[in-house]
Amino acid sequence: MNTYKRRKIASKLMCAAAFLCAFLTLVPLISIFGYVFAKGIASINPDFFTNLPRPVGEPGGGMSNAIVGTLILIGLSCLWAIPLGIIGGIFLSEFGNNKLGTTVRFTADVLNGVPSIVIGIFAYTLFVLPMKSFSAISGAFALGMIMIPTIMRTTEEMLRMVPRTLREAALALGISQFRTTVSIVLRTALPGILTGILLAIARIAGETAPLLFTAFGNRFWHQSLTQPIAALPLQIFVYAISPFDDWRRQAWAGAFVLIVIIFLISFISRFVIGLHYKSPSSR
Amino acid sequence: MKIKFVDQAFKRATTVMALSVVALVVLLVFSMACRSMPAIRKFGWHFLFTGTWDPVKEVFGALPFIFGTVVSSALALLIAVPVSLGIAVYLAELAPSYIKQPLSFLIELLAAIPSVVYGLWGIFALAPFLRGSIQPFLSKYFGFLPIFQGEFYGVGMLTAGIILSIMIIPTISSISREVFLAVPFSQREAALALGATRWEAIRLAVLGYARPGVMGAVILGLGRALGETMAVTMVIGNRPEISASLFAPSYTMASVIANEFTEATGNLYLSALVEIGLILFFVTLVVNIIARALVWKVSGKVKGEIRE
Amino acid sequence: MEERVRVSNLNAYFGNTRALKDINIAIKAKIVTAIIGPSGCGKSTFIRCINRLHEVVPNTKVSGEVLLDGEDIYSPDVDPIEIRRKIGMVFQKPNPFPVLSIYDNVAAGLKLNGVKKKDYLDEIVEGSLRRAALWDEVKDKINASGVSLSGGQQQRLCIARCLAVKPEVLLFDEPCASLDPISTSKIEELILELKKYYTIVIVTHNMQQAARVSDHTAFFLLGEMIEFGKTQEIFTAPKDKRTEDYITGRFG
Repeated sequence: MNTYKRRKIASKLMCAAAFLCAFLTLVPLISIFGYVFAKGIASINPDFFTNLPRPVGEPGGGMSNAIVGTLILIGLSCLWAIPLGIIGGIFLSEFGNNKLGTTVRFTADVLNGVPSIVIGIFAYTLFVLPMKSFSAISGAFALGMIMIPTIMRTTEEMLRMVPRTLREAALALGISQFRTTVSIVLRTALPGILTGILLAIARIAGETAPLLFTAFGNRFWHQSLTQPIAALPLQIFVYAISPFDDWRRQAWAGAFVLIVIIFLISFISRFVIGLHYKSPSSR
Repeated sequence: MKIKFVDQAFKRATTVMALSVVALVVLLVFSMACRSMPAIRKFGWHFLFTGTWDPVKEVFGALPFIFGTVVSSALALLIAVPVSLGIAVYLAELAPSYIKQPLSFLIELLAAIPSVVYGLWGIFALAPFLRGSIQPFLSKYFGFLPIFQGEFYGVGMLTAGIILSIMIIPTISSISREVFLAVPFSQREAALALGATRWEAIRLAVLGYARPGVMGAVILGLGRALGETMAVTMVIGNRPEISASLFAPSYTMASVIANEFTEATGNLYLSALVEIGLILFFVTLVVNIIARALVWKVSGKVKGEIRE
Repeated sequence: MEERVRVSNLNAYFGNTRALKDINIAIKAKIVTAIIGPSGCGKSTFIRCINRLHEVVPNTKVSGEVLLDGEDIYSPDVDPIEIRRKIGMVFQKPNPFPVLSIYDNVAAGLKLNGVKKKDYLDEIVEGSLRRAALWDEVKDKINASGVSLSGGQQQRLCIARCLAVKPEVLLFDEPCASLDPISTSKIEELILELKKYYTIVIVTHNMQQAARVSDHTAFFLLGEMIEFGKTQEIFTAPKDKRTEDYITGRFG
């Protein structure tokens, strides 16, 4: 019976270890949120949202330009990545059951795994070098590249979930495949696609690495989209590694705002999912 | 007639757009390969195996960065794999149902935190904590090992490895949990009916069956760790040296690009940095392909392997 | 005839649904007892109560007594793990461990119990495979994966896996439900052979199978045991009208 007892104890120990792993992981989570909230809220004030960054020693600096810059960068990225992603997704679900589809799918998966800093280099060689200037456009190009695979694959999956009968019903009415896809299939799948887009936005909102040498950051308001532009994560980075207490405090405030933005987006996307699951019965 | 024309155009248009994504990725590889040509021509294979990084004399060898990336990622896996498997086992097999949902939500929350925030926390919370408690402890009791010798800087390889492990835990644990849940219940019953304890049933039926999928999850996590930039750059110390000690500052491929790209004045300097990016691209490409093949294999097996 | 398992006032629940209602039955040693009845009548639940496997499904409950050689397996100081080692079970679908070889599948139970000696393991593995009538078919590929075998062979591998831990009672939960007729007849022959050594309970929805292999038969309906007796009597002269209706194919 000795081995038997040992086995039972081993079982208990391993199960306890698994439990411990799960709850130990909450320690860094709580610590990170604790720091961001405590330090962030302590250093945040109206100036933070309305003022430009100020030189060291001058109080009342803020990140207004960085917050706006991040929003502009997100907007610009969406402008090209959403259409391309959705149309690519339509291709995959409607015409993608062949070698070409497999190639596109594979490329999207590859792109999804490319480190964001590498995408930054690509945007640099494609935009910054020829234009001889860091720019909002190049930053939005890099962020868009990161969004595309997510949007493309969720669009494909969502379109595939639309029942065949719905398509066939429309086609049987003599409606063209184009009209069927756009006005019926796409509309049915829209909440799901929207969720994918929001998740992609939540991901790029905090991206820093690809902006380092594309958007570059700017201590002032940007002059045009072909000029360097500030971004919240960039500003957090610069302030975090600075030796000045005041800047570090603002880095925490920035982190707080960034996290709030990202969680707001995720929250909205969950809300959209909720609508999506309810829709078939309530409509 | 008209419908047919519209549909043809529709198909063509979507095809062109989809192909443009492929073209972008091809262009990415091509443009980076072109940019790194000067460095490749000048240094050849030596680039990978020499450790001098001297922008002034224009001599570039990427070995310290490759070393830093490999060691920090390996360290991250060393910590993250057992913890993630524990989480996945707990969530898939042991946790009562009212804990499962909130707990997996919380752990996946870790994945939503931006890298730069991890870095900020790393600099001001994790690094001081390691310097104050963990590093003295390790040095006192395990100081005979070369990896735990030297000064306590706080920032360095150990800090980078720990922060990376926290960042990849959600990836590995959530995929592993999915894979565990895909193991047929009959496998667990077979083990239990043989007189296995709860843990033995998990080991024999679940872990065995899910092994390829878990491997896939681990390699996917590795892919994330290899390319992770900001958090690592902020806590690794950024010193291009190869040291046996985990306390020592180090440098990774991604962080050298992040730090020096905008300062790279010379053509050759820039070219060397782009080449590091290209290497990083190919390494993560291979890693991701292997991971996908493994995850795909296990989900295929669930359907096909046990004959009915 | 010696009595091996006695079940008294056994009730089993899924949540609030009572799946078994006051089952009383005495299972004799070294014969085959068949449990028949339409699907959903609780026959699988019944045998899963005998080796305490019912309770591994969440939200389930068992009450009543199951005596194995006079000892209540549901008494608080009895460990289900010990019980399951004494009472082997073969499932509806063959479920060998896919990552283990044929050899390791059979040896799995012994290894759990800490048996490490190679010659002893070899001996038991060969003996169990022989007893499960599989040895001749697999002796040359003993290190191949268990899932490389055909469905019928996989099921016999699962039987060998049970035999290796030297159980006293064998439970078969519709062991032929997923097999072709030839494999089915092999399993049936095997069951007739195995009853020389083991007490066997087999759940089947196939009445011909029950008639072919069993000595005693119990008829279950909607969670109740309607009738229990010698197989021949149940099939030729059932006492209960409902049994007769089922046997003659009026429902089910």
